[in-house]
Amino acid sequence: MARSMCWHCQSEMSGEYFCGRCVKVQPLSKELDYFTCMNLPRLLHVDEQALERTFYALSRTFHPDYFATKDESQQRISLGNTALLNAAYRMLKDPIQRAEYLIRLEAGSAKDIRTSPPADLFDEILELQDDLEEFRALSAEDSSARRQTLQEKLEASRRSLEARKADVESRLFDQFDKWDVLHAQTHDDPATQAAKDAVLKTMQALLSNRTYVTNVVNDLVAAVGERTGSGRT
Amino acid sequence: MMAPIVGIDLGTTNSLVAYMDGGSPRVIFGKHDQPNVPSIVGLTDNGLMVGEPAKEHLVRDPLRTIYSVKRFMGKSLADVSDELNYFPYTLREKGGVIRIQIGEKTYSPPQISAMILKELKLRAAAHLGQDVTKVVITVPAYFNDGQRQATKDAGLIAGLEVLRIINEPTAASLAYGLERQTQGVVAVYDLGGGTFDISLLRLKDGIFEVLATNGHTHLGGDDWDRRLVESVVKDVNAKHGLKVDDCPELMQTVRLESERVKIQLSDEDKTHMSIPLPDGKGTYTREWSREELESLTLDLVQHTLAPCRSALQDAGLHAHEVDEVVLVGGSTRMPLVRRLVEELFGQTPHCELNPEEVVALGAAVQAGILAGDNKDMLLLDVTPLSLGIETMGGVMSALIRRNTTIPTSAKEMFTTYADGQTSVDVHILQGERELVQDNRSLARFQFKVPPLPAGVPRIEVTFLIDANGILNVTAADIRTGESQSVQVKPSHGLTDDEVESMIRDSFQFAVEDIKARQVIEARTEAEAIITATEKALKRGTDLIAPEEAQSIHAAIEDLRAVTHQDDHRVLRGKIADVEKVTHHLAEVLMDATLKEALENKKLSEVTD
Repeated sequence: MARSMCWHCQSEMSGEYFCGRCVKVQPLSKELDYFTCMNLPRLLHVDEQALERTFYALSRTFHPDYFATKDESQQRISLGNTALLNAAYRMLKDPIQRAEYLIRLEAGSAKDIRTSPPADLFDEILELQDDLEEFRALSAEDSSARRQTLQEKLEASRRSLEARKADVESRLFDQFDKWDVLHAQTHDDPATQAAKDAVLKTMQALLSNRTYVTNVVNDLVAAVGERTGSGRT
Repeated sequence: MMAPIVGIDLGTTNSLVAYMDGGSPRVIFGKHDQPNVPSIVGLTDNGLMVGEPAKEHLVRDPLRTIYSVKRFMGKSLADVSDELNYFPYTLREKGGVIRIQIGEKTYSPPQISAMILKELKLRAAAHLGQDVTKVVITVPAYFNDGQRQATKDAGLIAGLEVLRIINEPTAASLAYGLERQTQGVVAVYDLGGGTFDISLLRLKDGIFEVLATNGHTHLGGDDWDRRLVESVVKDVNAKHGLKVDDCPELMQTVRLESERVKIQLSDEDKTHMSIPLPDGKGTYTREWSREELESLTLDLVQHTLAPCRSALQDAGLHAHEVDEVVLVGGSTRMPLVRRLVEELFGQTPHCELNPEEVVALGAAVQAGILAGDNKDMLLLDVTPLSLGIETMGGVMSALIRRNTTIPTSAKEMFTTYADGQTSVDVHILQGERELVQDNRSLARFQFKVPPLPAGVPRIEVTFLIDANGILNVTAADIRTGESQSVQVKPSHGLTDDEVESMIRDSFQFAVEDIKARQVIEARTEAEAIITATEKALKRGTDLIAPEEAQSIHAAIEDLRAVTHQDDHRVLRGKIADVEKVTHHLAEVLMDATLKEALENKKLSEVTD
């Protein structure tokens, strides 16, 4: 971390989060990325236990509850640091968000994840949208055969899209492996860089597909209802 | 020694204060050994009464006695329109905030809450032998920003420094965690007097991490009472030819008796209800069975289950993955509630710690953490509702999702749509729905921009939810790097100026002098006894000897003569005289008409 002077006593910083001389808490740099914040390498497979340990330890370091009797400046720093820490933990804990964050970090904000349908599903999804619209127009009391048929069709679509989502995710996790291998290579030659870019690009496409499919599944669940009961989604 | 920080449970029906006594939290009891202060405030002609004396005053003067004020915190009149009939006092609205009208004056809910807070502060100061100014106050986990802010305002008006607003179920988990050294996933089911919360936490090595929370800020014991009240009112009207709704005093008697019956039916299968009626209409009596109560209120309990399921889903957990279930709040004493919670989670819930006291105990534990006395425990809580801003087409764009660990912040870039535009308006919302109109409006704010071509100004606004779950907004001009002042106008909250003036006003009610309080209470009781005795005399003239009536008259006059004195002992002495001399009359009246119903009641209660 490129930090040189304590905001309070102006002495050169020796400690990591607290000034070695006046023991005041120091603000985390605004440029600090979440992986560095959590003491993790920029890999997509994360040791979840280690992540949680670091999160708890840093929470104990920065949380506003431990600064309630300190001066206002330290309270403000504690608040800012904890907000950053919470954002980092939230982002890195979830594999999908972690991948999206890594793409932003490596490829810049120009590469935001958009939602786009998988190319081969385009026609199928158009038809499904029509069915969904027709189904929504029919009232819940309607017991016609047409409504019954639509419902069964939509439920089948939901199952097939959920399978598709699982497939997209498993392909995404394959890319995680590739990224981690490439990232571990010490030589950052042009060939490695090109391979990394390719992985990022593939992941980006997969994430766009996944977001799209997830939205459609959510629409279907909202219209037809969920048959699997409560619990993990 | 450092000034103590106390923990306060500011409840719908009861409030408590607790502190850390060495390493253990302890509730501070009142002078009659009661742990709670009823959350009731009487604004009588004689002055202010809070707690137990106000509760006694309620049936005598319902138009000037305020209860369940927590239901109004951070609310507009429209928000409570469907329950206005249940409150005897008059409600108005100003600036999106409910005002309670008492005589010529109006009071905001935070002002009334401040009176309760002051009472708790006095109780704590008396017990600890030193002034108390720093507090932790609990709120329902599902309280929105406006309700939290209103609670903080109440603290300010009471002259308190609110170091932290903490969620009730998580406070309870701190008390349990300290007591039982629990590890794993804990579900806290908290059904209080007016609100319901469910929180799921992971407890590990002293860290209390909230995974998800859900609830209902208008569902609690009050609603159970109302079901009984509705049934009783219908019955009384039909059988005795009365219109109970038009008689506020009787309505309050019915309400309190319904509450008592409800509580009794948690321990017993059957109980007896008896309500003396006015105008010589005798007494209404009725047998209640637990079964009856349960069939009247089953849907209310079922109402709590959907939030439980949503919280489980948000936490990514199945019910069977919960290691422990903890019951909090007086309403969880009801067997039906326990049964349904047990069914949902498939295990017997814990209730080792008194469900009425555990929230205050947890608030004290949190106070100990803030004081730096407890470095082992740390609570990581979440924001219960998504926060967002209004965008084109009346749609809410979420910036911070529900169940995000707090403190948390989100940044949003704003620019202008027209050349030379000098200000930008932002509407902040809280809720889970898509359309602005279906969510809660929190506040609006405006910031200035330099007059430039459209799209050129770049203002970065930071929305920060602090550890209290309260929103703070700051803005900075990216081009100049200068920070901007932001004037936030709450949609359903007091403005800073209003809070200031209420702090000044509150000194008018600063009845912190014990003697003054005792005089007010004695004087109010004296007045009630005079009225009651005169009524009783009228009814009982034929039943007693003329000499006896004569001496009662004399005692009343003696008491009346001293009501303006400022020595409460003189007043109490004369009150005792009246009670002594009317003892026989009370017995006679009871024998004659109300024998069965009115065992062990004082004359003043008989004739009200």
